[in-house]
Amino acid sequence: MIFEGLNEKFQNIFSQLKRKGKLSEKDIQEVNREIKMALLEADVNFKVVKQFTKNIGERAIGQEVLSSLTPGQQFIKIVKDEMTTLLGGEIERMDFVQGRQNVYMMVGLQGAGKTTTAAKLANLLRKEKKFKPLLVACDVYRPAAIKQLEILGDELKIDVYSEHDVKDPVGIAKRGMQKSIEGHYDLVIMDTAGRLQIDEALMDELVNIKEAINPTEILLTVDGMTGQESVNVANEFNRLLDISGVILTKLDGDTRGGAALSITYTIGKAIKYIGTGEKLTDIELFYPDRMASRILGMGDVLSFIDKAQSMMDDEKAKELEEKFRNQDFDLNDFLDQIKQIESMGSISSLLEMMPGANKKALKNVDLSGADTKKTEAIILSMTQEERHKPGIINASRRRRIALGSGTMVADVNRLLKGFEQSKKMMKQMSNPSMAKKGRMKLPFM
Amino acid sequence: MELSLYERMRNKLLKTADNFKEKIENVMYMGSFDDDFFDELEETLILSDLGAQTSVKITESLRAKIKETRSKSKEEVMGFLKEILVEMVQVETEKPQLPTIMLVVGVNGVGKTTTIAKLSERYKKEGKKVVIAAADTFRAAAVEQLDEWARRVGVDIIKSTTGADPSSVIFDAIGAAKARKADILICDTAGRLHNKVNLMKELEKISRVINREGDGFSIHNLMVLDATTGQNAINQAKVFHDCVEIKGIVLTKLDGTAKGGIAISIIDEMQIPIEYVGIGEKSEDLIDFDPKKFVDLLFE
Repeated sequence: MIFEGLNEKFQNIFSQLKRKGKLSEKDIQEVNREIKMALLEADVNFKVVKQFTKNIGERAIGQEVLSSLTPGQQFIKIVKDEMTTLLGGEIERMDFVQGRQNVYMMVGLQGAGKTTTAAKLANLLRKEKKFKPLLVACDVYRPAAIKQLEILGDELKIDVYSEHDVKDPVGIAKRGMQKSIEGHYDLVIMDTAGRLQIDEALMDELVNIKEAINPTEILLTVDGMTGQESVNVANEFNRLLDISGVILTKLDGDTRGGAALSITYTIGKAIKYIGTGEKLTDIELFYPDRMASRILGMGDVLSFIDKAQSMMDDEKAKELEEKFRNQDFDLNDFLDQIKQIESMGSISSLLEMMPGANKKALKNVDLSGADTKKTEAIILSMTQEERHKPGIINASRRRRIALGSGTMVADVNRLLKGFEQSKKMMKQMSNPSMAKKGRMKLPFM
Repeated sequence: MELSLYERMRNKLLKTADNFKEKIENVMYMGSFDDDFFDELEETLILSDLGAQTSVKITESLRAKIKETRSKSKEEVMGFLKEILVEMVQVETEKPQLPTIMLVVGVNGVGKTTTIAKLSERYKKEGKKVVIAAADTFRAAAVEQLDEWARRVGVDIIKSTTGADPSSVIFDAIGAAKARKADILICDTAGRLHNKVNLMKELEKISRVINREGDGFSIHNLMVLDATTGQNAINQAKVFHDCVEIKGIVLTKLDGTAKGGIAISIIDEMQIPIEYVGIGEKSEDLIDFDPKKFVDLLFE
């Protein structure tokens, strides 16, 4: 869960506030102290915390809260506003130039996730902006780093420029650019080797690559779990390379997000994307206000809808609605739906965007893809007739299906029961009286 | 030898040390040991990644000590602080009994594979027979990365293909380690975030396979932590320790961080020793961790 600990703390602090009809100056100072400790424990940089609580204190003790009829609510609003500002305020999109080359350079510490992020980004921008991407493998130090990029490129069907047994990253970058021009690639992403910001020789190398290829964006990849050090890392990379933005990775861990809250404020460069999972589609645009909502435990429905929409196929959705109405929905459609949800990323990453989702209850629920795989195996072990009319599946058929899919009869039973239940639910939802209240249009309902 | 290690650690850690001592001295500069002093000390400790809990513990101990001795001298107080830290980092270490199986675990990108390469080179130099198991079958090219290291170091590697069941690789590797009379079997695993239930279950399964098949071997699991991680490192260690019993910690990338504090906070909260620290890319940059010397360095 993203920012789990922090958002729990904030929910506690806020629930105390909501109960109060009136807030005194002392109350506000008290709450501010709690916020300060919560943020410090979350690895937020100390200077940032000081500024943040100072701003909140000033605004709250001023007219805004004390004269308000609902001081608790008003205070929460101020915290959310200030946190949004801290996270960069307005969303800052990448500078895309259609019709000419966009050259991105990925930089960062070892193990931050540059190679994976490079592949994720190429895949996302190909889909959203119709770019023709080329990945260039400039990490000549880590064994098999080039191979890793090649494998990812292969998986995503994205071209990779690499040179084996060449130890000159600047040369590779230059020749990669040459190849991108010859091949009419309009997006080039350079993966570079991880390095510590205090390693002068390797930092010089980055400066040389920058000079050689003149990138349109230099993206600093930062592990979302980084502690107080994140600020030093960002400062140093920014000082030497004048980076254009930040990508935060591993936000699907239970990090409290200190890095997210500290970097933009410190170096004045926006976080542009976040990595939220192991799948190659687990990358999202960064929205400061939505992230503030998530940190404060207010949920993020907007991102959820975006995600659903980006994965939804309009034609299919209509067809499905038709099927709901005619009670024609069968196990084949069921499987389609499950796969579609899965393509949206891990279910837990979706659930945590929901407001009020009980993080504690979700913590121990296994929402992995393993169950989906099982379901898929079971349905694929059925004949077409069985899939269309599950009613005919008797005990001996169940045994055969279980055997065929490597599962237990109990699993088959559970699946069939689940299917019946969702069918019932659909019947209720497509019933005209419900329809008037506004039908759900999400692809899996 | 011992001295040169210490020297190297000192050179690499100079930044950490400089920072820490300088900051503490700045706090002391005010000269009086009142509430403001303790508040500021606490902040300084938190800033050095010692974490809120450990920092409070340290300041409280120091407060008690100062009250007890009524000391007013900066040098003495500095000495007390050092004593408190030294006491904090003393935990019992346990040397692995050979032959042994080491399962190396950690979240993504902390440097597990590189650490394994360095460890196997070190053991090989000591004349031990080392076999490594490439059980990170998830990340693209992880097997190739370890394979390349095995070739460079010159140790045997047991591997399968990407996507294979990691437990089966471990099973095969244990068989091979027995057949080849290996002293040490080091098992690489895929990086996993500790809050991914299914991935942690996979790790439990691997651990079960080791317990069942590894008769005749002692089990000495190592957890790799990235020193630049903040307080999340403690969460990581707790969850992994619940899943597979961790005998020792390897703290990597300590050369980059200006805050060695996480080392102290980890030992304090987990009571698990840090066995090695990584202070660079080369194989000799993995050095034995001596907690007392580490604290000495912070105050040098």
